[in-house]
Amino acid sequence: MNRYPLWKYLLLLVALGLAVIYGLPNLYGDDPALQVSGSRNAQITPEVTSKLEQALTAAELSFKTPEVSDSGVLIRFSTPEQQLKAQEVARTTLGSDFIVALNLAPATPEWLRHLGANPMKLGLDLRGGVHFLMQVDMQEASAKLLNNYVDDFKSKLREKKLRYSNVSLIRNQQIQAGFRQADLRDEALSLLKRQFPELIFVTEERESGFWLTATITEQKLKEMRDYAVQQNLNTLSKRINSIGVAEPLIQRQGADRIVVELPGVQDASQAKKVLGTTASLQFHLLDDKNDVRDALEGRVPADSQLVKDRTGRPFLLEKKLMLTGDHITDAASGVDQNGMPQVSIVLDSAGGDKFSQGTRDAVGRSMATLFIEYKTETALVDGKEVTRHVRVEEIINVATIRSQLSTRFQITGIDSPREAQELALALRAGALIAPIHIVEERTVGPSLGQENIDMGVKASMLSFGLVVVFMLVFYRVFGLFANIALLANMAMLIGIMSLAGFTLTLPGIAGIVLTMGMAVDANVLIYERIKEELRNGLSPGMAIHAGYDRAFATIADSNITHLIAGCMLFAIGSGPIKGFAITLILGILTSLYTTITGTRALVNLTYGRTQPKTLKV
Amino acid sequence: MKKQIDFLRWGNYAAVLSSILFIASIGIFFKAPIHWGLDFTGGTVVEASYSQPADLDKVRTALHQAGFEDAVIKYFGTTKDVLVRMAPHNEFSNEQLTAKIHAGLNAAGQGDANLKSVSNVGAQVGSELASQGLMAILATFAAILIYVGLRFEWRLAAGAILALVHDTLITAAILILCGFEIDLNILAALLALIGYSINDTIVILDRIRESFRKYRTSNVREIINISINDTLSRTIMTSITVLLVSLVLYFLGGPSVQGFGFTMAFGVIIGTFSSIYVASNLAVWFGLSKEDMLPKQIDRDKIEAEDLL
Repeated sequence: MNRYPLWKYLLLLVALGLAVIYGLPNLYGDDPALQVSGSRNAQITPEVTSKLEQALTAAELSFKTPEVSDSGVLIRFSTPEQQLKAQEVARTTLGSDFIVALNLAPATPEWLRHLGANPMKLGLDLRGGVHFLMQVDMQEASAKLLNNYVDDFKSKLREKKLRYSNVSLIRNQQIQAGFRQADLRDEALSLLKRQFPELIFVTEERESGFWLTATITEQKLKEMRDYAVQQNLNTLSKRINSIGVAEPLIQRQGADRIVVELPGVQDASQAKKVLGTTASLQFHLLDDKNDVRDALEGRVPADSQLVKDRTGRPFLLEKKLMLTGDHITDAASGVDQNGMPQVSIVLDSAGGDKFSQGTRDAVGRSMATLFIEYKTETALVDGKEVTRHVRVEEIINVATIRSQLSTRFQITGIDSPREAQELALALRAGALIAPIHIVEERTVGPSLGQENIDMGVKASMLSFGLVVVFMLVFYRVFGLFANIALLANMAMLIGIMSLAGFTLTLPGIAGIVLTMGMAVDANVLIYERIKEELRNGLSPGMAIHAGYDRAFATIADSNITHLIAGCMLFAIGSGPIKGFAITLILGILTSLYTTITGTRALVNLTYGRTQPKTLKV
Repeated sequence: MKKQIDFLRWGNYAAVLSSILFIASIGIFFKAPIHWGLDFTGGTVVEASYSQPADLDKVRTALHQAGFEDAVIKYFGTTKDVLVRMAPHNEFSNEQLTAKIHAGLNAAGQGDANLKSVSNVGAQVGSELASQGLMAILATFAAILIYVGLRFEWRLAAGAILALVHDTLITAAILILCGFEIDLNILAALLALIGYSINDTIVILDRIRESFRKYRTSNVREIINISINDTLSRTIMTSITVLLVSLVLYFLGGPSVQGFGFTMAFGVIIGTFSSIYVASNLAVWFGLSKEDMLPKQIDRDKIEAEDLL
């Protein structure tokens, strides 16, 4: 009865083997590396790569073979000093169209990487970096939305010649409209109900006339909030890509917050500038009275400005601003009736008015969409690296105005679906409906990160040693089994964390250490039970069986409640605390498996066949 | 039967001790100054190190002159490392604030300071985290109460939960008394302690449940005593291993991990005490009797009768 079927042993071995394989990458260190990626304007080609290689060799830097992938080119160096120097060289050689980021690339050997094995992700407190929590300002977004509705109401009512005495905002995010006659009000009611199905209308009679009040439904507000957060997420993602951080974390947290984590970034201020920038959009008519070529020679007319598009082609634009991007409420890519790529744009009513005025006399002329943002540029000035924040203006689209435009229009003449998508994205980015503020910010220097790792490793080793000695002294052979199980436990824990991509944080390491202490609990329960059964007179074989059997119920109950606490911790925790909760929960699960099944297997192997007369426990 | 230690003989003394500790803890919550961590109050915390041991007074003066009168400075690890903490200063942007603090630290005549870490938490986020934290602890108690209530007789369950609250409260009070900064790390440690403590208590409760079935002739007190004795070696073993590990964390760990170590180390001691004395004593006090613990005879007869039909 103390025999395990073969498959159970095999399962254990397989589980252990997998754990070890997937845990192995953690033993290899990291290489300091450069990650070079392209941007909208530039792609990584073999020419670019060899140009870079030549520049690096010329600077007497030794590097390993560049690895090309979808995200760019990765070049590994042997020391951080070489890596930093290489970054300077790369930036000057390639210019600001390429992004050169510092990266710690795991030195996992090829064969492991093919299996999908990677080292554990390290949290900020172990790696160093920057953590931001950003709040999306929904107040401003809803204020904008409400004002738009007021404008829309007015224009719709005017259109149908329904004379209103008042349209305004009142508290609680409501819009009211007043009329002198009941039938006017009722007609307005049915009109507005049709136009704006997302609003709820209520009528009332007051001294001053006949009123209706519109409230935005809860669902619409939620939709708007989700949209605002999503918009911000997209914009932030793009901007973070432009900083060139490897493995950034950008995630929504709760209803209206976004978490941004940039590991390895030393300079929080630079990151913040980029994240906090507002990109903006402007629409200008092309100056068709003057010649571009004159302007290129330096004779730019007073009312015009010279701007280049993405390919470098210059255009002469009127300085006069036709429309700003914040009037855009939506931009989507699609196809027109000929199947050609196009972008459809929706403006708010104020934008629509402005635009229609502006385009009334401009049919047949060309209009350019100007995208403005701030970029950081690094250049070598007199041998020293200088970082500058530069305002960059770029024409992202030029289109001909075919008819007078208003709130909805399409931009056609786009070369490819990809370009249409990018244009739509850029338009949406420039039209941020809700601004974001940084409400929490933590920076951890890299030296602190390394200190934390060292300390964690030391603590783990010492704890392991203490527990091992303890178990050997008190439980001898069974203690040895328990120790082997503990080792397997740790291996499985690390293996699972590496495989599942969980992040290890400093509290997480504390969690691993605590797990070591608690893991032996189940073993102790079992062994004490066995001892007791032996004292009660059971034969060793029966005692072992009874011990495992009876102890199981106790172990189950006690560990389930322990898991409840762990899950609660996971639910409320963020960042480092979540890391702690993960190691605690996983630790409980792996220790259950290794101590119950693992030690049983060892016991069965040792005592199962021989049926000893006595048991030294 | 091997020699039994009569734990419950000291039951009354234990009860008195528990009550004193419990009431003292509540007193500490109201009277003692609580060092709330950055996570809950919002504000700025900067860890910086100098190349030589720093004179705290000079650093303090320099920061006060830089306009931060409310800055609290203390040593952090070694005498070369200082911790600067202050309330939210909304008039500066985070960047300006960091720069000003850095400048202030550099002007203290101790050489240049190396900023190892900077944390800024908005006040609103802080208060949210505080309420979430409290909710989490209460929710955990509730969830555990439900599970234990389902698995064990209600008096035992009640005893277990009260023992748990007792442990958490006293440990938290000790943390406050020793001046630990109460932040998210401590909260996590307390939740971990709750997990361990209930684990511990249930082992004994389970044994009590079993003993009631085994020893029909003994009375309640004897049964409980036997149960505690039987599980004593396990209780001590596990307590020692967890204590050892927690002490390693406390002594070797950096400032944030020390909190974990201290909480668990202390919690283990209190937890063991409460598992032995508080949980079972309370159950007895609630009127635990053999009838409560044994399956009803009537039902068995009824079932047998039904089988015959």
